[in-house]
Amino acid sequence: MSALAAVHTPYTVPVAMMQALQVTLLVLVAAGATAVVLIQDRVRQVLALSVYGVLLALLFLAFQAPDVTLSELTVGAVVLPAVLLITLAKVRKSEE
Amino acid sequence: MTPRQCRWVFLVAGAGLVAFYLWGLTALPGFGHYPGPYGPAVLRIAVEQTKATGVVSAVNFDYRGFDTVGEEFILFTAAAGVSVVLRKLREERERSAVDEAADRDVPPTSTAVRTVALLFTGPVVVLGWWLASHAQANPSGGFQGGVVLATAFVLVYLAGEFLVFQRFSPVTLTDAVEAVGAGGFAAVGLVAVLLGLPYLKDYLPLGQMAGAVSSSGTIALISFFVGLEVAAAFILITGELLEQTLLIRRPA
Repeated sequence: MSALAAVHTPYTVPVAMMQALQVTLLVLVAAGATAVVLIQDRVRQVLALSVYGVLLALLFLAFQAPDVTLSELTVGAVVLPAVLLITLAKVRKSEE
Repeated sequence: MTPRQCRWVFLVAGAGLVAFYLWGLTALPGFGHYPGPYGPAVLRIAVEQTKATGVVSAVNFDYRGFDTVGEEFILFTAAAGVSVVLRKLREERERSAVDEAADRDVPPTSTAVRTVALLFTGPVVVLGWWLASHAQANPSGGFQGGVVLATAFVLVYLAGEFLVFQRFSPVTLTDAVEAVGAGGFAAVGLVAVLLGLPYLKDYLPLGQMAGAVSSSGTIALISFFVGLEVAAAFILITGELLEQTLLIRRPA
């Protein structure tokens, strides 16, 4: 079964360039995920998680899922870190 | 069990997991070679059939609309769950959001934070509204738009204080908007049943031009309701968390 015919637009880039971008982002996402796991300080860990969310969003964009990019940007890079930061503030206050 | 034994159990179990994982990988279709008939079929007929150029939205809100109703109510239930878990417990007491010692010297929010937050609030509202109302035309939709709208309220909190956030999003209003959003989606589907059609079947005029804002019938309408629901749910969750952090105290 053949794939859909290739679409050419003014924005079409060579396949090799797209693949290089995808591989770069895959490596960055893996590095980001590792960083989130390895960072000890909780606040820094949340900030790293936010950066990781942005990387993941870019990855989805490079794999042609712009709608998932939007979801990941808002939830993964903004709302989830915000919720975690607020929770950390609560826990810290009750520890004092 | 000694730590040494624990480690062995972990290593054996981990090796088993890796083996199964690699075995599963070998059977995957090649990169970019989706084998099913569903994707190509939808890509071929969706724009013509639904007049929506945002084909992802056409799938979410029309072809697989029933799944999305379920997801909608997952978020609804999650927001309700957060409200219940973060309620004020019997022995806890809630402080007033108004400063009790009015003459206290509280460091004001830095001008930089205020300015940036206020500068972004308006554009974020517009962006969220645009995303939620253009599901039929672009890669966007009610979910993304709703979350973006909710972040505008978080910006209001960052620029001002919790009191302002509460004034902008009173819980009774947010609750009502969330219920209207979730119920609206379900009701759009029920109207189809009343008309003698299958649940969630598109019954509104589809418009002439594919991808126009007025096109695609119920897809645009459902996206609007989803936007309301999602925005209200996220504002509610954030508000509950802020209230829990800022106002609710354990007895000393």
